[in-house]
Amino acid sequence: MDLTFSPEQEALRSRLRAWLAENVARSGLKGPRPRSVDLDSETIARYKRWQQRLYEAGYVALSWPKEYGGQALDPVSQAIVNEEMLCAQAPALIGAMGLEMLGPTLITWGSEAQKRRYLPKILTAEEIWCQGYSEPEAGSDLAALKTRAELKGDCFVVNGQKVWTSGAQHADMMFCLVRTDPAAPKHHGISYLLIDMRSPGIRVRPLVQMTGERGFNEVFFEDVQVPAENLVGRLNEGWQVANATLVHERNMLGAVTQSQQLFGRLLALARSMRRNAAPLSRDPVFRQRLAALEIRVEAMKHHMYRLLTDRQKGRHSGLPGMINKLVGTELNYDLATAALEALGDAALAARDEPEALDHGFWPYEWMFSLGMIIGGGTTHIQKNIIAERGLGMPRIR
Amino acid sequence: MEFGLSESQEALKHTARQFLAQHGSAADVRAVFAQEDGFSRQLYRRMAELGWTAMLVGEEYGGLGLSVLDMALVLEEAGYAALPGPFVFSALLATCALVEGGSPSAKEAWLGSLAKAATIGTVALSGEGPGLELDALAARRAPGGGWLLSGTRKFVPYAHVADFMVAAAGKVEENGAPALFLVETKSPGLRVRLVSQMDLTRRVCRVAFDDVAVPVEAELRPGPALLERLLDLGALAIAADSLGGTERVLEMAVEYSKVRRQFGRPVGSFQALQHAAAEIVADLEPARALLWYAAHVADATPESFGRAAAMAKALLSEVFSRAAQRSVLMHGGIGFTWEHDLHIWFKRARFNESCFGSPAHHRERVARIAGY
Ligand SMILES: Cc1cc2nc3c(=O)[nH]c(=O)nc-3n(C[C@H](O)[C@H](O)[C@H](O)COP(=O)(O)OP(=O)(O)OC[C@H]3O[C@@H](n4cnc5c(N)ncnc54)[C@H](O)[C@@H]3O)c2cc1C
Repeated sequence: MDLTFSPEQEALRSRLRAWLAENVARSGLKGPRPRSVDLDSETIARYKRWQQRLYEAGYVALSWPKEYGGQALDPVSQAIVNEEMLCAQAPALIGAMGLEMLGPTLITWGSEAQKRRYLPKILTAEEIWCQGYSEPEAGSDLAALKTRAELKGDCFVVNGQKVWTSGAQHADMMFCLVRTDPAAPKHHGISYLLIDMRSPGIRVRPLVQMTGERGFNEVFFEDVQVPAENLVGRLNEGWQVANATLVHERNMLGAVTQSQQLFGRLLALARSMRRNAAPLSRDPVFRQRLAALEIRVEAMKHHMYRLLTDRQKGRHSGLPGMINKLVGTELNYDLATAALEALGDAALAARDEPEALDHGFWPYEWMFSLGMIIGGGTTHIQKNIIAERGLGMPRIR
Repeated sequence: MEFGLSESQEALKHTARQFLAQHGSAADVRAVFAQEDGFSRQLYRRMAELGWTAMLVGEEYGGLGLSVLDMALVLEEAGYAALPGPFVFSALLATCALVEGGSPSAKEAWLGSLAKAATIGTVALSGEGPGLELDALAARRAPGGGWLLSGTRKFVPYAHVADFMVAAAGKVEENGAPALFLVETKSPGLRVRLVSQMDLTRRVCRVAFDDVAVPVEAELRPGPALLERLLDLGALAIAADSLGGTERVLEMAVEYSKVRRQFGRPVGSFQALQHAAAEIVADLEPARALLWYAAHVADATPESFGRAAAMAKALLSEVFSRAAQRSVLMHGGIGFTWEHDLHIWFKRARFNESCFGSPAHHRERVARIAGY
């Protein structure tokens, strides 16, 4: 065990801290937000600029290879950046799906041409990505997907429908799973395509989420032409690539920085609310709940450092690496639920009512965090994976 | 930044697992159920030969001078095996009390023999934190110098086999200020009574002090800080034990679920069982990282140890209890029998939950330290 940082890492931290102190306010953006929410085009442009500036300053995707715009630094350096962004309440990155999901997948599975073409624009948020996995008949059973792609000459022709596609309404590109061999067993006829969202034949219909915002969408494909070179990995063997992306997605959704941020905000809220003529944070029962949550957040923080160390040493994390999405998203929901209890009736007030406290942050966050328990593979599916792949419990379906 | 065990720590853990599989099986654990001592002296000597009782003793006293994290790994394995006996109370707590607060003569007198396991020590701290129940034992200045202790300490582990105990007492002449004394169990006026209790892998005693005289050199200093440190180390040790216990009950449940068949299929193929097992894993792995962290800071940054130990104890003792309960349920009727080994861990989990402070007590400490 060595919990100290190298001089280079410490230097990175203080450089970044100074940079953030100067630049967060200038971004014209408040707090973390993105994650594919309802944003007008001006705000989106501002978030893109923010990511670009951060990238130019050297603080995006530090561990990516140098030839694709990264700095080939260790994963701990990236963790330092995430921590500092959290402390500084820096705006979140609008290109997160590209940065955290597609980028790492392409680095492993993409062709040289694909890496050169797509990775740099992920870094600068010049191209925003969405994930076209789920379909009306293929949710938890993702491999049941039916969206069809036929190779005709040097193009795939895509027909079908995706659903729950977060951020499709303002995405430039989609990484998409399609069926290329309907006759093959279901896991062996799937391919992974990169699709330009401006292609003729694509129609995006936003869906309103329970939060009242448009976050995810239906996406319809009608004879959409996709260049054959946009195939990632081998034809019909996209399932493996799809799973690589899912692993990255689950780590992103379970990221502990999110939980740390929520806990900090919850504690501040509990200190500001009053119960029995004293701050709620002094209430013996609520303190117990707060402490139990802080302990879970702290445990996840060290768990993440453990996994980072594994990665740094090129070790496979196995079972411990399978729990992040399950634990992180459940924890975030519990944090938000505690905040709602703290708010009492104020939790009901609409965001812009004077009765709404803490800028109306929590009711939205509470619902959003429930969505994250479902997206990326539900809590049930995560438990299936842990039991069957992690513990080797018998699978009979 | 490197968060994880070193190669030598992995090896230490591995050796401990193998050694206890051979010499500390569930059958061996059962063999001491009915014995008053409550542990095998032969096994204890073997553990000493492996160096376990010398881990935290400095080299100048014939010890190995290893870290609290090293010790925590052995304790995790002890929990996995449900190892009976005074090991943790002697080799960690009584030993650390002397190493960190003993007078030169007390160190000289005891550390070497503790390392060799020729002596067994224990701690009589009971109560959940500094100040709490401290007045159950009072220390008065003796007319001719030294101290007179009177009162009782309940739930003192292995006092009936120990040579000495480190007892917490309130100093009468100093408004009950916390102090620690090394008291030999053969001292006149000391009475030890074994208390029969649920967890048959542990023995606890009620110790009555009737004007027990202890010399000046028997005081360990600084009392208040050292008492807090011992309580934190105790909490950490129990958390480590709980980590190992959780692994064991999970493993037993998973193995059983693969072989037991109902409705024409292994019960482990039922999702209710799969999810129960997955939930144990989801509890266990973050808790393991928290434990490593807490054990590490015990040596590396002692100022952050109190918070870390409180967190580890609050989390792990509940994780273990919850896992043990789930594991029993996953076994069905067989898990409820005396004959099946599972109740060994089920009850040990209950012991661990209250020993060195309940989860609620430690959560309140976390709240206080963070200044909620
Ligand atoms: C906020 C949000 C954003 C999303 N964003 C995207 C996106 O950007 N791109 C994308 O492709 N998808 C996205 N999704 C879709 C998401 O991946 C699916 O909703 C999810 O995988 C579940 O599929 P489903 O909705 O069809 O539910 P179903 O699969 O129909 O599940 C219904 C219920 O059955 C349970 N269940 C199903 N199968 C099993 C099983 N084998 N064992 C135990 N229980 C089972 C489920 O856990 C659930 O409780 C998003 C979802 C949400 C909520």
